[in-house]
This record gives sequence, structure tokens and C-alpha cells, in this order.
Amino acid sequence: MSETPPVIKVRDLVVGFGTQTVLDHLDMDVRASEILGVVGASGAGKSVLLRTIIGLIPRREGSIEVLGKDLDEVDESERRALERRWGVLFQQGALFSSLTVKQNVQFPMRENLEISQRLMDEMAYAKLEMVGLSPRDGEKFPSELSGGMTKRVALARALALDPEIVFLDEPTSGLDPISAGDFDELIRTLQQTLEITVFMVTHDLESLYTACDRIAVLADGKVAAEGTISVMLESEHPWVKTYFQGKRGSSLADRELTQ
Amino acid sequence: MGEALLTQKLVGDRLELVAGGSWTAPYAGELESEIDRVAGGLSGTKSAKTTDVSIDMGGVRELDTFGAWLLERLTRQWTGAGRDAVVVGLPQHGADLVEEMHGVNREPPPQAPRQNPIVSFFAAIGRGTTGFAGSFHTFAQMLGETGVAAGRVLVRPSEYRLTSTVHQFDRVALQAVPIIALITFLIGAILAQQGIFHFRKFGAELYAVDLVGILVLREIGVLIVAIMVAGRSGSSYTAELGSMKMREEIDALRTMGFDPVEVLVLPRIIVLVLALPALTFLGSMAALYGGGVVAWLYGGMSPDIYIARLTDAISLTHFKVGMIKAPFMGLVIGLVACAEGLRVKGSAESLGIQTTKSVVESIFMVIVLDGLFAIFFASIGM
Repeated sequence: MSETPPVIKVRDLVVGFGTQTVLDHLDMDVRASEILGVVGASGAGKSVLLRTIIGLIPRREGSIEVLGKDLDEVDESERRALERRWGVLFQQGALFSSLTVKQNVQFPMRENLEISQRLMDEMAYAKLEMVGLSPRDGEKFPSELSGGMTKRVALARALALDPEIVFLDEPTSGLDPISAGDFDELIRTLQQTLEITVFMVTHDLESLYTACDRIAVLADGKVAAEGTISVMLESEHPWVKTYFQGKRGSSLADRELTQ
Repeated sequence: MGEALLTQKLVGDRLELVAGGSWTAPYAGELESEIDRVAGGLSGTKSAKTTDVSIDMGGVRELDTFGAWLLERLTRQWTGAGRDAVVVGLPQHGADLVEEMHGVNREPPPQAPRQNPIVSFFAAIGRGTTGFAGSFHTFAQMLGETGVAAGRVLVRPSEYRLTSTVHQFDRVALQAVPIIALITFLIGAILAQQGIFHFRKFGAELYAVDLVGILVLREIGVLIVAIMVAGRSGSSYTAELGSMKMREEIDALRTMGFDPVEVLVLPRIIVLVLALPALTFLGSMAALYGGGVVAWLYGGMSPDIYIARLTDAISLTHFKVGMIKAPFMGLVIGLVACAEGLRVKGSAESLGIQTTKSVVESIFMVIVLDGLFAIFFASIGM
């Protein structure tokens, strides 16, 4: 496992806005076919890290390598090809409000693939069913969806082109605990069947326990701790300690141990 | 793409398919036509005798959901025809994917009910008509709600949002001054030029001043200003209230015990009712000035003569006719803009539709109102 090169390799990354530095010489690796959970206090730069990797925020220093390609060295067409190999689930879903659910899922296919309308319809329904929606939901508009359904449709759209990496920005925020649990399971199952790498920014302790293989903690603009849950529970870093061994964290840890 | 995605050969009465290459999204289009070609043979005369099919997936390098679904579709076509379909040589990962795809698209996709074109034509006319009536309804409703809110504010003036009013007045009136002055100046200049050019043929150039004076004060000044304000401020009201509606800010206000009409709509409408007469006055003056400049430079009429002719031609009545109309036009623009803003639904598209509607409707209403006023003033002899 450790011999395979990392899917995402972040080195010496510095990102800031104005006088404020959010990420300060950060290093991080995401391994192939793992679910990496990125946690940290609000404002620690989790979403900034995600948005920097997918190229929405410019960086000041450092290099990012995705799927073996340095983002600085790729040209426009290579970059587009690379973007086709990842899917992003934005925090608010970011569904196109003037398109139906089905059209939203088909949008990346329509733009990037030359396939028949029939196959596109079948694939859209297949993706919707994979994320636990019924084909009947395909005709709905985003404004008619509940929060949980919006996230599922957004996931289906992120998976539309069978990406190798999926970036999830707080996939379970705003969902009730049961839906959040279901969503975690869904991500886990999809990750196993489709063998994708998942980069997940989250606040949800439950997600870390049920879905993630490895966890990276962001603090002070750096990765403060990295490893599995058991590594986290033994960490001496003050924030990590409070987070995982606080009231909410430790009750989950106990439950996990008794199982 | 060197490798064949699918090769077929007939062994006895068994069709053997050998798959190869990448069964992934980028090749899905190609793969689909291959599969259709092979499946097309099933109903054809020759290979219809084929009983079973076996697909050897051992040579496939990559497989994703696109490939897995197409494989599933292929096997379904055989099993659907009552024949056997055997898939061999799938790696474990691929088997999981195919398993996943096995359950999907089982129920027929929901079909949008097909409409009779004649029926849908008349249905569209009907919807348009009721929609038109509906917009009058919402207009009347907004007028009523604003009236009630204004009444409440009259009883308790301390609850009126003065800060919001001042802020809106700055945006709607003060910031509009340069563009309104420029446009009306140009309109006045064009009117004067046209008047002088055509009246010159009769040697009646002096009457161009009557034309400019009466037209500007009675009609053009207020109309141009109203149309400008409808496009400039009416649309921004609709977009503002619409995006507040989309982001549930209006609902939040309501749950906190505030009436959105009182908090958001009333100050905006009052501002328009105040701003339109002020801008009309300014616009009319700019238009008369523009007319004067053209009369001087193009018509060779000295400013003294222009002003003397103007005082003869126009009376206070003409000025009053224009100014009386202005606040009503402001009211109509405000009501239409706010009513359309509050009708915005969840999507970005609906925001665009309502904003367009708001501008079109308010300009329409302004012109209708102007016509009604013309009849009214004619019958009272103004």
C-alpha cells in the first residue's frame, strides 16, 4: 500500500488572503483508494485547502501534485483532462437551479463525453439510484429538494464521469444524524465499489469514525496530526485531544471500543 | 485507441464476444455503438438463431460504471429475449460494479406525458391570460398591503424605517441625477432640432419652442424619467427582494414578527413616490435647457428669445400636468417591482424572469397610466 505513489501530494503550501496567512507551509499526502477526513477548528483552512487543490484559490508558494501531475506544469488541455478525473461536492450542493436533477447529473457527461441521449439518461438514472434516489426524482428542480436529497444529487453529479478522486466539502453538514450516518455509509460503499479516493472535509466526528480510513488535523496552517482514529486518540496535540477526547468524542470512542 | 472494444465470433450456435481495451467513460460512445451493432444481430435474420451469448471480460483493462452498465444492458438484451448470457473473466472489482449496476434502471424511466400540440397551444394561451390577470391581482394585493402598512405607520410613526428610506433615496434619486439629466438633456435637444428642422419649411421656427416646452413639461419629461427609473431602480428592487426571498430572508423577517411589506416594501415605494417628482422636475429642466442650447446653436435663436417665447408658450398648467403624474408613476413602478420581487421562487432562472417581468410590466403600466391621465386632464380642461 505504502509503495503506491500518493494520489494527491501537497508540498510546502502557503495560501493567504491579504495580510492573513491561512495555510502556512503545509505538507499532505492522500493515498490511493483511501478516505481521508480533514478536520480542524472553524477557520482553520479546511475548505481553503480543498479549494486550493481543485484550483479555485491561488496559492502563494508550494506545489500540488494530483494523480502524478504537477498543477503548475500542466497546460490548459491537460488541466481540463485532469479536472475530468475528479469530482467535487460543494458544501451547499451548488446544483444548477435552472436545470432538473437529471440534467444536473448529465451536465458533465454532456460537456465531456460523446454519448447518445439514451445512454446519458440511463447513466443519470443509474447514478441517481446509486446514491439512493429514485428515477422519479430526476424531473425535480433543485429548489424542490430537501437538504439530504440535494447532497445526494450533488454527489451523483460529482460521480457523473466516474472520477478517480472525489472531494467532499462537509458532506454531512446540515443533515440529521440518521441521514448523515446513511450518507457516510453511502460514501463508504461507493468508495469500495468504485475504488475512488475520497478527500473529505468534515466537522462530523461520527463521519470520521464510520467513513474515514485516515484523518488529518489542520491547526495553525499545518497538518498537526495525521493517522487513523487510534493515532488521534493517543495524540498529545491540545486541539486534537479536546476534539477526540472531549465529551462528544470520547463517548463515540467508547462505543467504538465496545463494539 | 488500438484495441478492439468488442469482437464477436460464432461458435456453433453460440455467440462469443471478447471484450478488450478500456470500458470507461471516454470510450462509452464508441462502446455503445459496438454493443448496439452486436445486439442488432440478435433480431437480424442470420444470428437470430443464436441461442446463447458468452462475454469474456478478461481482456478489459479498465472498467467503470459506464462500462459496467453497458455490459449489463448487453446481457439484459439477451436475457430479455429468453436466452442465456454468461459473463466470464471479470476481476473482483469489476464484478462488484456489475453487481451494483444489476439493480439499476429496472423500472421504466418516468415519461413526460406527451401533449397534443393544439391542446398545449390553447393551454399556453389560457395560462398566459390567467397569468396576466394574476399579475393585476398581485398588483392590487401589493397596493392593499402597502396601504395597510402605510396606515399602521401613520398611527405609530416611530416605527417607520427612516434610515432605510434615506439610504434608498440616495440610491434611487441622488445617484440617478447625472444619467437622468444627461438623457433628458439629449431628448430635449433632439426634440428642438427636429422641431426647428421641420417648422423651418413653413418659416415657423419659433413654434419649435412651443413644441419643446409643452411636450417636455406635459409628457416627455415625466415619461422618460419614469421609464429610466423603472429600468434602473425597479429592476434592482425586484432583484433585491427576489434574492432575499430565495435566501429565506423574507421568511426570517416574518418569523421575527416583522411585516416584510412594512420593513422592505413601504420605504422603497415611498422613496419612489418622492423621487419621481424630484427627478421629473430636474429632467424637465434639463430637457428645456437642451432645447435652448440646440435652438441657439442650430436654430440661431438667442437665449433671450428662447426664454421669452417659452414664457409665452407654456403656462403653469402644463408644468402641473407633468408633475401631478409623477408620484403616481413612482407608486406604480414601486408596486410592480416589489410585487414581482416577492413572487420569485427558488431558482436563479425565476429571479431573471421576474426581473424582466417587473421592468416590462412597470413600463407598460406607466404608459397606460399616462394615457388615462391624458383623458382625465382633457376632460377637466387642463
